[in-house]
Amino acid sequence: MAFFKSILSKLKQGLEATRQTLTRGLRSLILGRQLDDALIDDVQRMLLEADVGVEATQRLIDRARADFKAGTLRRSEDLLAHLKAHIKELLSSSAAVAGGAVGGGGAAAAVAAGAGGASAGAGSPVGDAASAPRILSPEFRLAPAAPTVVLITGTNGAGKTTSIAKLAHMFRRQNKTVLLAACDTFRAGAVRQLEVWAERLGVEVVKGQQGGDPAAVAFDACKAAVARGVDVLILDTAGRLHTQDPLMRQLGKIYNVAGKLIPGAPHEALLVLDATTGQNAVRQAQEFARFSPLSGLILTKLDGTAKGGVVIAIRQATSIPVKFIGTGETPDDLQPFNADEFAEAMFSEEA
Amino acid sequence: MFDRLSEGFSNVLRKLSGQSTISEGNVREALEDVRKALLEADVSLDVVNEFIDGALKDAHGREVTKSLKPGQEMIGIVYDRLVALLGDAPQIPENATQEEAAKILMADGPGIMTISPGPTIVMMCGLQGSGKTTTCGKLAGWLKKRGRSVMLVAADLQRPAAVEQLQTVAEQVQRDMPGGAQVLFYAEPEKTAEYGKAVGVAVGVCQRAVAAARAKGIDTVILDTAGRLHVNDSLMDELQQVNRLVQPHQVFLVVDAMTGQDAVKSAKAFHQRLEVDGLIMTKFDSDTRGGAALSVKHITGAKIRFVGLGEKLDALEEFHAPRFAGRILGMGDVVSLVQKAREQVSDEEAKAMEEKLAKGEMTMDDYLQQLKSLRKMGPLKQLLGLLPGIGAALKDVHIDDAQLDRVEGMVNSMTPAERKKPEVIDFKRRKRISTGSGTKHEDVGNLIKGFTTVGQLSKQFAGMSASDKVKAVKSLGASGGAGSLAPGLSGMPGFMRGKGSSHSASPKSAFKKKRK
Ligand SMILES: Nc1nc2c(ncn2[C@@H]2O[C@H](COP(=O)(O)OP(=O)(O)OP(=O)(O)O)[C@@H](O)[C@H]2O)c(=O)[nH]1
Ligand SMILES: Nc1nc2c(ncn2[C@@H]2O[C@H](COP(=O)(O)OP(=O)(O)OP(=O)(O)O)[C@@H](O)[C@H]2O)c(=O)[nH]1
Ligand SMILES: [Mg+2]
Ligand SMILES: [Mg+2]
Repeated sequence: MAFFKSILSKLKQGLEATRQTLTRGLRSLILGRQLDDALIDDVQRMLLEADVGVEATQRLIDRARADFKAGTLRRSEDLLAHLKAHIKELLSSSAAVAGGAVGGGGAAAAVAAGAGGASAGAGSPVGDAASAPRILSPEFRLAPAAPTVVLITGTNGAGKTTSIAKLAHMFRRQNKTVLLAACDTFRAGAVRQLEVWAERLGVEVVKGQQGGDPAAVAFDACKAAVARGVDVLILDTAGRLHTQDPLMRQLGKIYNVAGKLIPGAPHEALLVLDATTGQNAVRQAQEFARFSPLSGLILTKLDGTAKGGVVIAIRQATSIPVKFIGTGETPDDLQPFNADEFAEAMFSEEA
Repeated sequence: MFDRLSEGFSNVLRKLSGQSTISEGNVREALEDVRKALLEADVSLDVVNEFIDGALKDAHGREVTKSLKPGQEMIGIVYDRLVALLGDAPQIPENATQEEAAKILMADGPGIMTISPGPTIVMMCGLQGSGKTTTCGKLAGWLKKRGRSVMLVAADLQRPAAVEQLQTVAEQVQRDMPGGAQVLFYAEPEKTAEYGKAVGVAVGVCQRAVAAARAKGIDTVILDTAGRLHVNDSLMDELQQVNRLVQPHQVFLVVDAMTGQDAVKSAKAFHQRLEVDGLIMTKFDSDTRGGAALSVKHITGAKIRFVGLGEKLDALEEFHAPRFAGRILGMGDVVSLVQKAREQVSDEEAKAMEEKLAKGEMTMDDYLQQLKSLRKMGPLKQLLGLLPGIGAALKDVHIDDAQLDRVEGMVNSMTPAERKKPEVIDFKRRKRISTGSGTKHEDVGNLIKGFTTVGQLSKQFAGMSASDKVKAVKSLGASGGAGSLAPGLSGMPGFMRGKGSSHSASPKSAFKKKRK
């Protein structure tokens, strides 16, 4: 039901439930105005306030001004379509996303190669077209043979554990069996939080000792996933800042453990990004990708007033695509990412 | 192009400080760069615009173009404005000694008011995941250390396991944090419910908790409320109700320091509903420039009281505007460094060291000693990040704390005579030392070179007044020269001099074990 509803209607719905009515910011701004430099200045302000960042904003604005000068963009009514087209272009144009896993540097490449090597040793030739991961939807890669392993990473409080509940819920609706791994052995109440979700959603959890080695939990969970024949294993990890070297290396270890036990795992390594985050998110994405090659982003908390425009800069810097968006605190509040609607939402303002 | 987002102010400052003349025209131009840097530091657009207008006025007022060093003058204007925006700057007289300067800076502390008769009630609020629950624990630790008893109240009945999280935190503070005062926990776990189904219940929980605290004679009650969106009317109403019926004496808004432009919108909404008394910026241990601090301060007018610098319960510092202005500017955070050093180096040690330095008598043993105290202060990269200009320079450098192990190894392989006079270490001796410590020949060479540089620098520093030292470091930062300080780790021995308080048992040690 709510699943494949558009972001906009969902966003709108969410906002209406909380009094706000969504008026089209740019649309009302344009109303009855000529396209001129002043209007383009207003658009620039909107982009900056959406956290698009100085560089990307400059790029979009330069395009608009150039097309305006050249006479190819003439009417203010066409401005929104023009911007959306170019934002979409920035969100999809970057280095080829080979195999889905995008590493930021040497470490990542080495990790990926290691995982591939391990799986080849296990007798399943990863990289061979026939056994290449099946793509169920453009959003998500499933392993050719179960279990599909999903690694969830991100900074503190970004919404990892909640997003895992949402993903588990999505898979349950597709009649897949799901196992969760509580690899956050550090934060107070973290394991319990995951367990509460699991109980509500009717899925199982593998956990270890509080304060124990998270990679060991990942190890146990991978074994359990194979033994129990589950379809999807999702690993919850502790929140960590990309500046914390030991913790980032620990993440790399979790990534590697999965790959050693299950060919091609993790099949999805997703960075959870809080939409309220500013320009620092670019560094986050780059650093996380260095230790755990990322296949995509989950952009959470889009039900607030933040627009999450920094994903444009992230896409340009790292070629990591956004795969899902989070629009609330219940398991239903997960949507596949849609660039068109995302761009549209960027120019809407609450009354 | 996109991955090379500017390093913020460092570049601007470098450019400005190199400029011998500033004309009417390039004041604007220079400020355009400042504008860009502020935006990249996530300061909200409106605040940036206002800031630039103000700085332009100041520049005209102070006749920047006529001053001898217009670049420096401009930097000063920008810095002063930032400090003023972030909070009232304590005034440090030009001739203040280092002790005096430190004292003035430290005295500008925030604190939590004490209400009599008690209990003092503090309410936390903020967006989801900003760090409220963790900060509750940190504040409880802060109060406990000051002999004030605390009751932590689980007023988040919505997030799964929020009650357990706070309970664990409360137990950790009670068990592991220094101080004798009691830390209690209050909850009504049976009242928790799924999202949206327990709205309003928190009000009663808070009321009963305060009554219980009063009966027990508890000094301070801290209410941990659920994270909520500022646009969620029913949840914001709930907070307002708590505010009305429980009447907290202080309402703290907890804000993630990595927040972007949205910070003003949420802060404004929380402030309109609750009249926020103080701000707490969390996750400042990241490499964010933290422009959101400027935005929320500006929009609410409330003081930034505390800063969160990690997940552990002792990772809380009091906010001092000049330091954070420096950080936003990319000038580093010299004062934090001083404070950290004070926790590790005793007064006598510091004095002895300073005398040696002034006379140019520092030995390898002293150097090793300094290194050891330095290591106690935290991970090297984080520390160096506090130094002006170095943060940016180190961005992509992988700093290995194992390097320090090597240094220790090398010094340990030196004879007492060599440690006293490293000049005597010739090729042969180098070879012996490198073999003895399992390091490379060049490593030993670099160590000696670094040591000599530090010695020279220290001698220069020793003769300066406190404000001159800060200035010297700032100008190094501004000219990008501070990067060269990086190998000379103890380029700050002069700064390690502190007064009083030699915290021998660091609260950190209790927590260090927990996270490997
Ligand atoms: N409004 C809103 N809140 C969200 C969303 N996703 C998560 N949250 C809330 O954000 C807070 C933090 O979420 P968690 O899932 O615990 O975040 P985490 O990344 O696992 O946190 P750590 O494990 O502590 O690093 C919780 O209060 C969630 O309910 C979202 O899409 N919208
Ligand atoms: N690195 C770092 N992490 C922090 C800091 N403060 C809090 N955290 C982490 O941020 C995450 C969220 O913290 P919480 O205290 O659960 O946040 P909250 O605001 O109570 O979250 P909700 O109740 O869901 O709204 C946890 O992983 C904390 O450990 C800080 O100063 N630095
Ligand atoms: Mg979590
Ligand atoms: Mg909480």
